Amino acid sequence: MAEKIFMKGCEAVAETAVRAGCRFFAGYPITPQNDVPEYFARRMPEVNGVFIQGESEVASSNMAYGAAAAGVRSMTSSSSCGISLKSEAISWMAGANLPVVIANFQRGGPGIGTIQPAQQDYLQATHASGNGGFRMLVLSPMNLQEAVDMTWQAFELADKYSKPVMLLMDGFTGTMMEPVELPEPLSEEEVAAIRASKTWAARGKHGGPQHKVMCGPGLDTRISQEQMNERDAELYESWKTTEVEYEDYMTGDAEIVLTAYGITGRIAKSAVKLLRAEGIRAGLIRPKKVYPFPDAAYEKLPLEKLRGIVSAEMSIPAQFAEDVERVVHGRTRIVTALSSGGEVLDRAAILDAARSLMK
Amino acid sequence: MEKSFIIAGFGGQGVMVAGQLLSYTACETTDKYVTYFPSYGAEMRGGTANCYVVISDEPVGAPKVNQADYVVCLNDPSMAKFKDAVVPGGTIFTNSSVVTIEPERSDIHVVKVDAGSIAIELGAPKVLNLVIVGAIIGYTDVLPAENVLQTAFKKLGAKRPELNPINEAAFRRGWEIGRKAKEEQV
Repeated sequence: MAEKIFMKGCEAVAETAVRAGCRFFAGYPITPQNDVPEYFARRMPEVNGVFIQGESEVASSNMAYGAAAAGVRSMTSSSSCGISLKSEAISWMAGANLPVVIANFQRGGPGIGTIQPAQQDYLQATHASGNGGFRMLVLSPMNLQEAVDMTWQAFELADKYSKPVMLLMDGFTGTMMEPVELPEPLSEEEVAAIRASKTWAARGKHGGPQHKVMCGPGLDTRISQEQMNERDAELYESWKTTEVEYEDYMTGDAEIVLTAYGITGRIAKSAVKLLRAEGIRAGLIRPKKVYPFPDAAYEKLPLEKLRGIVSAEMSIPAQFAEDVERVVHGRTRIVTALSSGGEVLDRAAILDAARSLMK
Repeated sequence: MEKSFIIAGFGGQGVMVAGQLLSYTACETTDKYVTYFPSYGAEMRGGTANCYVVISDEPVGAPKVNQADYVVCLNDPSMAKFKDAVVPGGTIFTNSSVVTIEPERSDIHVVKVDAGSIAIELGAPKVLNLVIVGAIIGYTDVLPAENVLQTAFKKLGAKRPELNPINEAAFRRGWEIGRKAKEEQV
């Protein structure tokens, strides 16, 4: 077993990215994710990787696009309003089928909002991180070990589908510290092999096929825009069976089900035990990927027999709860436990919401 | 067993380092679970700063608690903000060198640590956080004192080894105060 290291979330993500073969990172400072670029700035030279602080979010996300087009495992990160600025390039990555990992350490919003943790970018992350109706796989860790595991997974998934993948963090999981076990780093040979396997990548005139095109179909005559949209739609549909990932915790005999993702999922999980100690049979559904949404996790609950569902998140108005409501569709009562604008959700709010369903 | 801490003061008082010393010690020298969460504004110095530390025998559910077992207040604004953030039966540690506000609660214990003055007496005002960490350990026994001291040598002594003796002296002075407070309480 690997040694446990006490690390900050931002740094654990950055170190894992390097170990997963990420050799290009471009970013731009914004709280609460500044430890990500800072870490890469120090670490990338050690592995002959490239760190660039771009002149803006727009520039740095387009640089990440460019590096991915050259076949390099590429990453960018930001927080909320910074992600909005990156959304132009994210949409272009989706259009050009480029594998890039994007991390969003969510802070309060809208606009410049606050620098404290929030989960107010849920709908943006899962439904529209840019123009054109594309979707991304969106992974959301509840603790730092999951942040490590999901960072690794994000690079694998990005390459598997040749699409951008989002790591949906928050200012809490970014700045908190916790022991983690890091994966063994890929060897330089393995990193090179991954890059070489991308035969579509632009690598200059070193033999191999010429005239490689990495852009949206609007600029490519080989496929129509509609054909590409249809192909992507099929891919997104297939994710609903292949990529759904969630934790089902003690729902077997549950009369009340708590549901939440990311840091709030962790807090809700600890509320399950406290409620059971009070004699309330609680369980938890915690999406690990929020896109595709795990409809099946809720469908298999005895919804009509439940006293209700507590949907918890750090967003007012609620966003995640909309997805829960879409699936549950009136078959049981849903109450929300919410905080917003940088206020971390207190576990007591979840407990109170659950108790209210017992009345 | 799970013990939660809120350590609060102003930026520059070593609030974050105090929390990290407890956390690193728990991670690197024990089998306990630990989380550390810093909370601060945009200021480099002078703004309010606080951190949340949870040390537990089981995985930590809520790394940020609104009610902690132990609250440490290094200045008056922190005292005003966090005196009600300690659970009934819990304990507030105050930096009595500068804290003038009384908690005005009969359901909690108060340990007054003259940390600022002791640090000045030792010749380095910045070691006030080591005095406080010593007091926390002396009072709670949440971690082995020698482990915390070794962590301080490792993390703080790496850059400033000449401060090791004064850090140790500060820690031990705090530890005595914490231990005495606990003995008087029982």
